[in-house]
Amino acid sequence: MMAQYLLETKDLGISFGGLKAAQNVNLKIEKNQIYGLIGPNGAGKTTIFNLLTGVYRPTTGTFYLDGEELCGLPQDKINHRGIARTFQNIRLFNNMTVVRNVMVALHNQPAYPCTVWESLFRLPRHFKAEEEMRERAKELLRIFDLEEERNNLACNLPYGKQRKLEIARALATGPKLLLLDEPAAGMNPHETEDLEKTIRFIREHFDMTILLIEHDMKFVSGLCDKVTVLNFGTVLAEGDTRETLKNPEVIRAYIGG
Amino acid sequence: MKLNLKHIRWSHYLNYLVIGIFTLVMAIIALTGGHINNSMLFLLEKIAVSIILAVSLSLVVGFLGELSLGHAGFMCVGAYLGGKVAAVLEPSIGNGVGSLILGLVIGGAAAAVCGVVIGIPALRLRGDYLAIVTLAFGEIVKSIFQNTSDASFGGALGLETPRFDKQYLFIFAFLLVLLTLAAAQNFIRSKHGRAVTAIRDNEIAARACGINVTKYKLITFTLSAFFAGIAGVLYSFSNYTVQSAKFGYNYSIEILVMVVLGGMGSINGAIISAALITFLNTKLATVLTGDLAVLQNLLYALILIIIVVYNNAPALKSFRVRYNLHVFFDKVVRRGKDPSHRSDDRAKWDVVPTKIEMNEILSIDLKPQNLSGDKPTHDDSKGGKG
Amino acid sequence: MELFLSTLINGLSLGGIYAMIALGYTMVYGIAKMLNFAHGDIIMVGGYVIYVFMAFHNPLLAILIAVIFCVLLGMTIEKIAYKPLRGASPLAVLITAIGVSYLLQSLAQIIFGSANKVVTVYDFGSVTFLGVNVQISALVTLAITVVVMVALTLFVKCTRLGRAMIAVSEDKGAAQLMGINVDGIITITFAIGSALAALAGLFYLLKAPSISSTLGAMPGIKAFTAAVIGGIGSIPGAMLGGLLLGMVECISYKITAIAPYTDAIEFSILIIILLVRPTGFLGKKRREKV
Repeated sequence: MMAQYLLETKDLGISFGGLKAAQNVNLKIEKNQIYGLIGPNGAGKTTIFNLLTGVYRPTTGTFYLDGEELCGLPQDKINHRGIARTFQNIRLFNNMTVVRNVMVALHNQPAYPCTVWESLFRLPRHFKAEEEMRERAKELLRIFDLEEERNNLACNLPYGKQRKLEIARALATGPKLLLLDEPAAGMNPHETEDLEKTIRFIREHFDMTILLIEHDMKFVSGLCDKVTVLNFGTVLAEGDTRETLKNPEVIRAYIGG
Repeated sequence: MKLNLKHIRWSHYLNYLVIGIFTLVMAIIALTGGHINNSMLFLLEKIAVSIILAVSLSLVVGFLGELSLGHAGFMCVGAYLGGKVAAVLEPSIGNGVGSLILGLVIGGAAAAVCGVVIGIPALRLRGDYLAIVTLAFGEIVKSIFQNTSDASFGGALGLETPRFDKQYLFIFAFLLVLLTLAAAQNFIRSKHGRAVTAIRDNEIAARACGINVTKYKLITFTLSAFFAGIAGVLYSFSNYTVQSAKFGYNYSIEILVMVVLGGMGSINGAIISAALITFLNTKLATVLTGDLAVLQNLLYALILIIIVVYNNAPALKSFRVRYNLHVFFDKVVRRGKDPSHRSDDRAKWDVVPTKIEMNEILSIDLKPQNLSGDKPTHDDSKGGKG
Repeated sequence: MELFLSTLINGLSLGGIYAMIALGYTMVYGIAKMLNFAHGDIIMVGGYVIYVFMAFHNPLLAILIAVIFCVLLGMTIEKIAYKPLRGASPLAVLITAIGVSYLLQSLAQIIFGSANKVVTVYDFGSVTFLGVNVQISALVTLAITVVVMVALTLFVKCTRLGRAMIAVSEDKGAAQLMGINVDGIITITFAIGSALAALAGLFYLLKAPSISSTLGAMPGIKAFTAAVIGGIGSIPGAMLGGLLLGMVECISYKITAIAPYTDAIEFSILIIILLVRPTGFLGKKRREKV
């Protein structure tokens, strides 16, 4: 059975103690969409990401990826099923070279089977997997224009490239849905433009569906097909990007009227 | 797959070569009747035991980034079981290679089982709590063996074990060192080892990359415990008694000193410092007798403090970047190569983000943020950027 | 009944010592967020200082000097070994603390030798109560611990300095922005912790008038257990944990079958508590942000 939506959340909600960080969130994201999740600070956007990636277990509701219920699975399992994310504050493996950062993310791909025993005894599959992982990682880095820096430590990259590397790493896990948490944060207009192109390219090239959090409204309206506006943990408005952004309630929520 | 000699990184195998040649030379001297006296043989065995211990602990401390203070406890399990195997088998098959191998299998397996048993619950805990649990484990093991009946494990007086029947136990000991080295290195330089270092560098990101953190912590912990057990078996074959009092907290610290001195995430460093400290220990023990013996502990303490502060103090960072062995190495050996190109094996502590931030209560969403949310927040107190 | 009463009193008095050490642990852990492994060894230092200054046969003077000495020592250790590592990996801080602990032990052994030193600080004598011989020193220990606990709680809750401490323990960065001298607060915390350790050293001497360089190591670790049981960072929790642990130890010693395993039992309790309820009885739950 083909699901109508790639990601569907049903009454997703979580509360910490008495505080309802998110409640009754119903997202419906179609395949190949670029979907924006916006809202003022503290609206619960990152919380939604954390729920979708299994960092938190929702107190109410559930969510489906491609018709499969993923709610309640641990983070690594959810990642295997096809949700990958980046972080608001970049989280790279700083002690590792760029190429190995990506190789870590290739770890669980079924294309590179190799058990611990095979590695310990250096059986042929170990070498095969290593070689292929390295090649695949280089390929991904080439796409993101990072191949030159592949042997640098990740922490030595400039900020924009760190962002790119984080996206490359997320893509390496082979997701169906990519969650980007404020990808344009801290970028200058030129870099933002570049990022916009990159995200479009990812959609075309990887046939990817993307859900992103962003504060830069120009960026969102130029890129997203649809948006959902969150405020105080609940959905304030949703629909076509341009129309939704004109919605007076949304504007009021942002300005704080 | 075709083996391409160009693709082999010879520098990765230099340590095998050095240890192998050293063993070979010593073995030839010993077997051709050259003069190696008993204390020298004993020293070699002790060095081998220390190297195995240090390499196995460095898997947990250096690569996984968790502190284990009960390493001597795993060794204790291995020593008692290996010694018992040897004692039981001695009347029938003597105390040769056969009982050594059986002892290694049983002792190593028992220690590994202990590693799993203590690891499954304990590895859920954060840094310092885990350290305390492992410490408690070491003390529990010690206390249990201390109170066994005389017939089973010898109680407080210790278990009498037959020494290996040949003088050249050290050859086997160094073969075991090579085995440990191979296992540790093969593990670390594989996708599994990469997963482990990823967990150390950023556990949250590692989870998000689909790494089963619990599984890899457990594998590393068990592997480390297994080799600690092997070291224990070796110890029991090289001595006449195994006394649990020896495997206390202090011994665990001694192993930790070796790992810290060798450098975080450096297997070769652990080997060198283990050999050096064991050698110094033995030599100092002849010089510093009686009350002076404590000077040795003073030395350890100072080494620990100075090295850790030097390697980690944020204030010393620029100094550290300018003057360190790696820079020296790059200048002398790898002249002309881009200094920013690095291999992954070594890690600097100050770029490892602090895993534990006690003052974080809930998610970032629930914290009042400043309005300029567009600014990069990666440079916050977590020190993620280093 | 007599056995019960004597075990109870012994347990409470031992528990009082553990509680005193655990208070120090909990203060330092709660505010500096570090496991001060050297805390137990400051007890030993306090004991030795009392031993040295008992040469003047004035217990109060000796105790006062011991407390002052330990406070200065604690502040010095913090300044030299821990302060440079603020902001570094917790693993590094922990290893340094272990190093400091080792350093104090070996220094004491170098200065005083490995043989035990014997000193009687003050003989309170004993009374017979319901047929049980009770050491008055045990009661004194308990009383002082309770007073110190109450005083600490009041201090933290009701004084400016105490509230600053809470602020630092909640969020160092925010506290700094609020104009609190974080480094100063942490130093003061170490000073208080060390003073408590000196008192614990006194209690040990009252209980058994003999002192060695490893006096503090085991009680230190056990008191950490107590602090964890009660919930680390919680002052009443430390008291509760200390008393519980003291009771367990005394009861275990009284039962012949398990007496040799007393240490193992205490550590097993630690492991179980950490696994079942890592926040202890009175601790707060915290989690890492993503």
